[in-house]
Amino acid sequence: MAILITPETKILIQGITGDFGGRHAGLSLDYGTKVVAGVTPGKGGQVFEHGAYRVPIFNSVADASRATGAMVSAIFVPPPFAADAVLECVDAGLDLAVAITEGIPIKDMVRVKRAMAGGKTRLLGPNCPGIVAPGAGEKSFGGCRIGIAPGYIHKKGRVGVVSRSGTLTYEAVYQLTVRGIGQSTSVGIGGDPVNGTTHLDVIRMFNDDPETVGIIMIGEIGGNAEAEAARWIKANCRKPVAGFIAGATAPAGRRMGHAGAIVGGAADTAAAKIAILKECGIEVAVTPSDMAEALIRAAKAKGVALS
Amino acid sequence: MNIHEYQAKALFEKFGVPVPKGAPAKTPEDFINALAALPEGPTMVKSQIHAGGRGKGVFTDGYKGGVKFCKTKAEAREAASRMLGNTLVTAQTGPAGRKVQTVYFTVANDIKKEFYLAILLDRAASRPVIVASTEGGVEIEKVARETPDKIFKVLIDPAYGLADYQVRELVTKLGLAPAEAKNASKLIRCLYAMYWATDAAMVEVNPLVTTPTGEVLALDAKVSFDDNALFRHPEIVALRDLNEEDPKETEASKHGLSYIALDGNIACLVNGAGLAMSTMDIIKYYGGNPANFLDVGGGASTSQVVAAFKIILGDPNVKGILVNVFGGIMDCNVIATGIVAAVREVGLKLPLVVRLEGNNVEAGKAALAASGLAIVSGDSMADAAQKIVALVAKAA
Repeated sequence: MAILITPETKILIQGITGDFGGRHAGLSLDYGTKVVAGVTPGKGGQVFEHGAYRVPIFNSVADASRATGAMVSAIFVPPPFAADAVLECVDAGLDLAVAITEGIPIKDMVRVKRAMAGGKTRLLGPNCPGIVAPGAGEKSFGGCRIGIAPGYIHKKGRVGVVSRSGTLTYEAVYQLTVRGIGQSTSVGIGGDPVNGTTHLDVIRMFNDDPETVGIIMIGEIGGNAEAEAARWIKANCRKPVAGFIAGATAPAGRRMGHAGAIVGGAADTAAAKIAILKECGIEVAVTPSDMAEALIRAAKAKGVALS
Repeated sequence: MNIHEYQAKALFEKFGVPVPKGAPAKTPEDFINALAALPEGPTMVKSQIHAGGRGKGVFTDGYKGGVKFCKTKAEAREAASRMLGNTLVTAQTGPAGRKVQTVYFTVANDIKKEFYLAILLDRAASRPVIVASTEGGVEIEKVARETPDKIFKVLIDPAYGLADYQVRELVTKLGLAPAEAKNASKLIRCLYAMYWATDAAMVEVNPLVTTPTGEVLALDAKVSFDDNALFRHPEIVALRDLNEEDPKETEASKHGLSYIALDGNIACLVNGAGLAMSTMDIIKYYGGNPANFLDVGGGASTSQVVAAFKIILGDPNVKGILVNVFGGIMDCNVIATGIVAAVREVGLKLPLVVRLEGNNVEAGKAALAASGLAIVSGDSMADAAQKIVALVAKAA
């Protein structure tokens, strides 16, 4: 079992008629993902075509979900409209909204998060690569790919990966795959300061998932989410965990690409976070090339077989 | 995006936050008009740069203090003429300092007590937080470290906004007399309204002061805005001062590139912010020094790569380049072709190590090898970083 989704999960795509959404809808279909609906206001009744696939387009998330049974959405709409797109998922009662969009105003996310409090819908992202539950086919095809991650680098297996960064996630996944170690789920939580799902939320799910036997947690400078997750891991998680924190050389006070990647004080530097991870028994990768090896070391120390 | 103190104070006034009367000047000719707008008497002269620590700063010609108290207007005019066009070095500017292109004259009010007030995002709570302290005019980090009990915070529910009881709680904790408390309450409400309406990332008033007559004033103002929200605030974008930004960063943003100059000599060009940061880290790990952060985004098109190379080479410290691209979706062959085209177009003479991974990587590596250019391939991030560090060390 993967977390949050399974290879069989049906998904809808908000913004499927845009260049970005359309391209990745096609790639997900090629991967074998059950993309069952698209949503673009005003284009209901049209059809998204990709090869032999024909995906019906609806005017609203509620219509799309009712007609197809999809309870998970991938959001590719432009930043000014993205917060509204998330709220539409909440109102339609979806289980999961995955916001890929980069550049959503922080105030919009503050309001959206408040509006989502206590509701059943979980938000992943924004500004994230999405989530992949690898399939059993060749190059992990037949899996559920929501977002923009390259599907073929995955391999179905037992390691959970959670990260704030897209390309660093691919780096970790690829390092695992070339070593013959598969993944249960790869989860991008996004690089924004206000996001729907935290490292800790995902770590808890991996801890509860019987099929996940080891975890890689990738973080970066800014905020205290990695420290919060590390302390929980120390108290509650018996599975081997490897960690990596990007931004050791980042100057204070500068936003390093991601809106959330900015050192604000002494506690959110890479050095401070790495110290907390180590203190909490997490095997810290010394370089980004060392992420899979770090997990292998952690697993060996606990006598856990990763594959 | 950051703005100057004088711009921030104009915004404050617009939202009803009281500030000392002041006027900016951009030329010596402006001094007369600006000073004429102020009453005779003690006057502050404040260098306008986007960096803190101005008061303790030193100009490159030896003149001390980027913020001066002057007893008379004549003295103020003299101080302003020393500051304008001069380069101010503070703890936050780096050794190069910043050229002062605007000075700001304000009335030097009598001060009874200094406080601290700021509004920003509390990331853990995903809500705005107001931070106030009875210790103003000093570094708030120092207060937080030494006397954390003197810092008060209230989290604001975005669904409701700032509540009256929260304002009462703050002014009570600050220990203000009734007349001051009334003025401070109004100021806090107006400041929060501004923070929310303008999509500010942070509003900091240090110091906030009370005067002997019971007034409450924002003596300083530091305001930054959420870049993601600028599209809906043209009036804020108009306040942008390109003189305060690295021209290379400005040029990069025009091409959809995120670039930040650092002080090392190994440039890097990477797709993705997290990977770009960790590429800098791994260069440092293997004994080199990164010259920049550069994220070309997920796509890394040929035109972007060409623009990126030009920006990187605009830094005279650069002695070598490391390209690190995880071409997940994009064909590595297309990326390699773009790199080859860029290298030819800019006539690159420096050592270049390229690490490509992902889709069609073999064809990409073959394209680099077939180019006849002196491009070194790296097999992993670690391998590539070690190679560029060694090449730069050898060339030195």
